[in-house]
Amino acid sequence: MSTLEIKDLHVSIDTEQGEKEILKGVTLSIKTGETHAIMGPNGSGKSTLASTIAGHPRYNVTSGSITLDGENVLEMSVDERAKAGLFLAMQYPVEVPGVTMTNFLRTAKTAIDGEAPKLRTWTKDVKEAMGKLKIDADFAGRNVNEGFSGGEKKRVEILQLELFKPKFAILDETDSGLDVDALKIVSEGVNRAQDENNMGTLLITHYTRILRYIKPDFVHVFVDGHVAEQGGPELADRLEDEGYDRYLNVKA
Amino acid sequence: MSETTTHIPEEKVRIGAPSIPGFTEEGEDLSPINDNDSSPLGGASTKAHSHGGGVAAPDSSRAGRLTSTNVEDFAKLTGREEDWRFTPLKRLKGLHSDDLTGAAPKVELTGNDIAKLSVVSADDSLNGVAHTPDDRVSANAWKFASETQVVTIPKNAEGANASLRITGESLVPAAQHLIIVAEENSEATVILDHVGSAVLAQNIEFDVRANARLTVISLQAWEDDAVHASSQQALVAQGAKFKHIVVSFGGDLVRVNPSARFTGERAEVELYGLYFADPGQHLEHRLFVDHAVPNCKSNVLYKGALQGKDAHTVWVGDVLIQKEAVGTDSYEANRNLVLTDGARADSVPNLEIETGLIDGAGHASTTGRFDDEHLFYLMARGIDEKTARRLVVRGFLNEIVQQIGDEALQERLTDTIEEELAATEH
Repeated sequence: MSTLEIKDLHVSIDTEQGEKEILKGVTLSIKTGETHAIMGPNGSGKSTLASTIAGHPRYNVTSGSITLDGENVLEMSVDERAKAGLFLAMQYPVEVPGVTMTNFLRTAKTAIDGEAPKLRTWTKDVKEAMGKLKIDADFAGRNVNEGFSGGEKKRVEILQLELFKPKFAILDETDSGLDVDALKIVSEGVNRAQDENNMGTLLITHYTRILRYIKPDFVHVFVDGHVAEQGGPELADRLEDEGYDRYLNVKA
Repeated sequence: MSETTTHIPEEKVRIGAPSIPGFTEEGEDLSPINDNDSSPLGGASTKAHSHGGGVAAPDSSRAGRLTSTNVEDFAKLTGREEDWRFTPLKRLKGLHSDDLTGAAPKVELTGNDIAKLSVVSADDSLNGVAHTPDDRVSANAWKFASETQVVTIPKNAEGANASLRITGESLVPAAQHLIIVAEENSEATVILDHVGSAVLAQNIEFDVRANARLTVISLQAWEDDAVHASSQQALVAQGAKFKHIVVSFGGDLVRVNPSARFTGERAEVELYGLYFADPGQHLEHRLFVDHAVPNCKSNVLYKGALQGKDAHTVWVGDVLIQKEAVGTDSYEANRNLVLTDGARADSVPNLEIETGLIDGAGHASTTGRFDDEHLFYLMARGIDEKTARRLVVRGFLNEIVQQIGDEALQERLTDTIEEELAATEH
């Protein structure tokens, strides 16, 4: 079993008006096999947490720590974090010119595992995983995310999740912009990865909709850069009924 | 996050360039590269793009361009001419203005002995079989080339393979004239391998006769100090196939102008290009495809990568489909990948169509940027920075490398791309 531990994390970004603190002391602990939902209104810092864990250079950690089984994640480069078993499914996956999906998937898999996958089984694995996510076979020959629709890009993120088999997945608003069918397909992919690899999941979402398909063990409500409330799945139901106004009113 | 997204589907794109005084997006103002105090030369002659609306002056059509073997017929260059506005004349080392008295680079032929190399005098009637200079530098080269090297692929030859190693050994401005004749129904690959140091104005003629299949690879692998202006014109006869691949990565200033004219029906032309510009380097490619007869096909694709301060590439693609050229099928595209800040890619496709009875005609130009978001995405999948960069550039340029049939040359280019990339790693 592995543990991803976030302790009193403070994160800021540089803006034209100077440094702005986004996360104001976040503490969270996730074990493999668990699903944690992070919910909250726009601008509460959910995506900042996701990008900070992955190591995006825009975010400055001013204090606090992130560790993976005791190893200091903050000292690792972006690629080292991926190799250590962290995976960020991005909210807005970028298009990468000149690199085909096939080439990209194989290169990434080789980097993460430290050895090239066996060609025959790998090709079969990719094909199968694409089939399950209803990704057209000709996507393999296209450049990474180039010309893909929003929903296709999200499915390709989950494809990588299934192929790379991380210890922990951070899903940054993977549900946004998906219709019901796509949401089901994507959720099934996440659930498969969790069942097969005993993956820990940090599911970041604005809406409760995806929680019908991916059942959280814990729910954390983010408001203004910190955890305002946490609980079990019942907390999500309550948010469904009441929304985030309760927290925002308290703040006002 | 970044303002510049992966692909910017504009016809003219300048990336990484600060806004330049007197230079609009339409490129209609004076070029700042050849700054001059005298009064502006206005009017249609400085218009860049046939899309630009405005009045079509006679000289704005590619068909109206002056051609002459007499250098005196061309006015002295000011740098404001439409076809010179991107070229830094000061760095031409006199190719446009001086006597070209230097020794021409040495030419050595290797290959499988099917192609023959001979030398004819500068007044031999073969000169001009496929070529008439259409700018001052080309005409200057015509004037000063003392002899002409001729490579002949005999009639019905199969699998001819000729590599011309063209070695520059001096920086005294020089002129050179080459003719490649692909006789009827022959099949050949000719590599023009430019190495060493030279200041060279060059004319190369390709006489592609009926049903011949000629592939030419012009490789500019010069040393850093070389200056090279090369006009490469092809005449493509009935049923012939001409494939021309330009590869430019060496030299201080390289300007290659390939053109192809159809003289018979059912002929095909493919023009490919690959360039990799480093800091301070100027690599310019201006091509012209002239569809003057019916039922011919042309396809153009140039791809370039740029890195470092003042790396500058220019691509101008003129395709003219004349009134008589019914049934033409034509496409041209230029794609640039800007790897670092401070580099600049100019890209101008010009398509002139004088008949509606064509199968197809299109053009495209994109200039993308490899930025921090691409890097983050690839690294977030475990790929280290060095590998990520290589992955992108190799993938991008591979489309052209694949067009080169010659395996040894493919390998050499792949190695060169790796070296170019290694040069920017800090």
